[in-house]
Amino acid sequence: MLSGGEMIARALEDEGVEFIFGYPGGAVLHIYDALFKASKIPHVLVRHEQAATHAADGYTRATGKPGVVLVTSGPGATNAVTGIATAYMDSIPMVVLSGQVASHLIGEDAFQECDMVGISRPIVKHSFMVRKPEDIPAMIKKAFHIATTGRPGPVVIDIPKDATRPDAKFEYVYPDAVKIRSYSPAQRGHTGQIKKAARLLLSAKRPVIYSGGGVVQGEASELLTQLARDLNYPVTNTLMGLGAYPGTDRQFLGMLGMHGLYEANMAMHNADVILAVGARFDDRVTNTVSKFCPGAKIIHIDIDPTSISKTVQADIPIVGPVQSVLTDLAEQVAQMRNKDAELPDQGALERWWQQIDEWRAKHGLWSGRRYGESEMIMPQQVIESLFRATGGNAYVTSDVGQHQMFAAQYYRFNHPRRWINSGGLGTMGFGLPAAMGAKLAFPEADVACVTGEGSIQMNIQELSTCTQYNLPVKIINLRNNYLGMVKQWQDMQYEGRHAMSTYEDSLPDFIKLMEAYGHVGMQVRKLDELDAKMEEAFAMKDKLVFLDIFIDPMEHVYPMHVAPNGAMKDMWLSKNERT
Amino acid sequence: MRRIISILLENEPGALSRVVGLFSQRGYNIETLNVAPTEDATLSRLTLTTIGDDRTIEQITKQLNKLVDVVKLVDLTEGAHIERDLMLIKVRASGGAARDEVKRTTDIFRGQIVDVGPNVYTIQLVGTGEKLDAFVAAMAEAEILEVVRSGVAGIARGEKVLRL
Repeated sequence: MLSGGEMIARALEDEGVEFIFGYPGGAVLHIYDALFKASKIPHVLVRHEQAATHAADGYTRATGKPGVVLVTSGPGATNAVTGIATAYMDSIPMVVLSGQVASHLIGEDAFQECDMVGISRPIVKHSFMVRKPEDIPAMIKKAFHIATTGRPGPVVIDIPKDATRPDAKFEYVYPDAVKIRSYSPAQRGHTGQIKKAARLLLSAKRPVIYSGGGVVQGEASELLTQLARDLNYPVTNTLMGLGAYPGTDRQFLGMLGMHGLYEANMAMHNADVILAVGARFDDRVTNTVSKFCPGAKIIHIDIDPTSISKTVQADIPIVGPVQSVLTDLAEQVAQMRNKDAELPDQGALERWWQQIDEWRAKHGLWSGRRYGESEMIMPQQVIESLFRATGGNAYVTSDVGQHQMFAAQYYRFNHPRRWINSGGLGTMGFGLPAAMGAKLAFPEADVACVTGEGSIQMNIQELSTCTQYNLPVKIINLRNNYLGMVKQWQDMQYEGRHAMSTYEDSLPDFIKLMEAYGHVGMQVRKLDELDAKMEEAFAMKDKLVFLDIFIDPMEHVYPMHVAPNGAMKDMWLSKNERT
Repeated sequence: MRRIISILLENEPGALSRVVGLFSQRGYNIETLNVAPTEDATLSRLTLTTIGDDRTIEQITKQLNKLVDVVKLVDLTEGAHIERDLMLIKVRASGGAARDEVKRTTDIFRGQIVDVGPNVYTIQLVGTGEKLDAFVAAMAEAEILEVVRSGVAGIARGEKVLRL
């Protein structure tokens, strides 16, 4: 017989949870006491609940396992909201246990009361409120099931304090399986549709494979890579999909979209067949929807039917898990090619590759220098240096802004789950706690947080958590003394009026700040010391190192889609050059 | 185009707010909404009418289906169906001529006067939304004091059923 609090502790163990990220408070004290007395699961005490959700999220993106967050009622719960929304937008499985005031107080504006189920409703896949303590084990089982299956997402369980009281004991049985009559995500794609897709794919003369976060989440990177190589088709990844196809491979065009590579956006715009896999035609990808890829037939594979034809109409929609659909698709493709060895049209494909190589030579990121000269370090050089120092194998988290785009463009991810960033919601403050989660999962691996002075200060209190749990991540601060992306837009669209995008002289001395927390801080001001300092930082295996790298503040991220009313092919390539 | 979407919903706390929240969150309109328990105590039947082009309606039905609490749904307007809206309308009816006129119009529309006061009639009328609108228009001469409508409830014609 267990109390509600004890059942929660046990159920998390039975679910195989490796870490709990949380912060105690009045409404969850019974749960914390139960964890303290009996649980073998390590708990990570963050310094702000938002960081608990991001740390759980970073852990999940690095491992594929659902993250678990435990926060108290009221402000504990509301502080977690940004992190839940971040996970929701990027389809990250997460289970958030939030405390609630005792049942008899609900609705009375009690101390630290807020309607968490209501507040979180638009940003969760589903939510529960515990009404009877004996429901707790089944509810937790359901929460993990819903969070991790279909299109993954966060699930909130709101737990009134009285449901966890230690003196009320119940029989505990953790269910083996769960069945929810109103919830049955697709298990396989439609065979007829997959055949049609294979036929169209093989008839292509100018194909592009456009793959997104769903391929990473759906553990289908190898299948996708194999299919692309068998066909010799070019591949572009979304911001969320980087690493799903090897970044240094010849067939890889780089990221597409607003800050996508020239060759990737040009190939998309001129394609005749686009195979979209686990991607959702986000507005940061398509530019103006009515001008999106005018000559292309679109095959769209996604686990979520609502993603299909939401913004761009699919010609062949296939609803199903990418892993199973890609397996079936590869089989169909192989069968059709066995019957007709001429497929696909090799002559056309050769001409397509010639065209792509011309684009690459003209404005590609890897043929010639694509950024300006400066006395100062260029931000792109920092990412290239990071790539060299880590052998391209680090877990790289980022915050949001210019540094995020430079990292996405210049760190050539060769493996899935190594690139961890807030794509959909664009949450500044994500990078450091996410790096903590990745480092906890892979203590031996290099974990770098690429950030800027704006973003890092949004969760800088987590430096203390890193001290407590000995998390020697490396923080790569691209320091330009501006909110760089805001400044870039102000330069381009507001005649250079930098409204509230500078800190003037208010930035802290980051080196002293690091020392105060027991970490190491280093300044880098010259290009000729960049590589050495980068290597020195990563050589300090057991120290958190903050590299404060002074970069050219005038640099912009290019390419950049021309907006409004631009197509995929319409890009700024530098401050005074556009397609 | 106007659509009638009929939903079997888990009879759980918060389920209705998820449906309604979805509409406001994604900028869809709800024209009418009707919800009540069914013969199965674990299920509610919800009927809503909305207006949108085919693409919007397709997104609405897909988004609704994605809600964990939605067990099943059907767009009734895709086939033959019956729709009924119930209206209670209170009108001023003082003096013989006015009372007669209200009574006559009610009879023509096959409504019933369900409550009578010295100066008011309360009329009950069942029908499609269109019929109810027509009745309200026909009452233009009378002074309307209150209108209450249940919102559309609908069911498919023939053998077709929406059930588990």
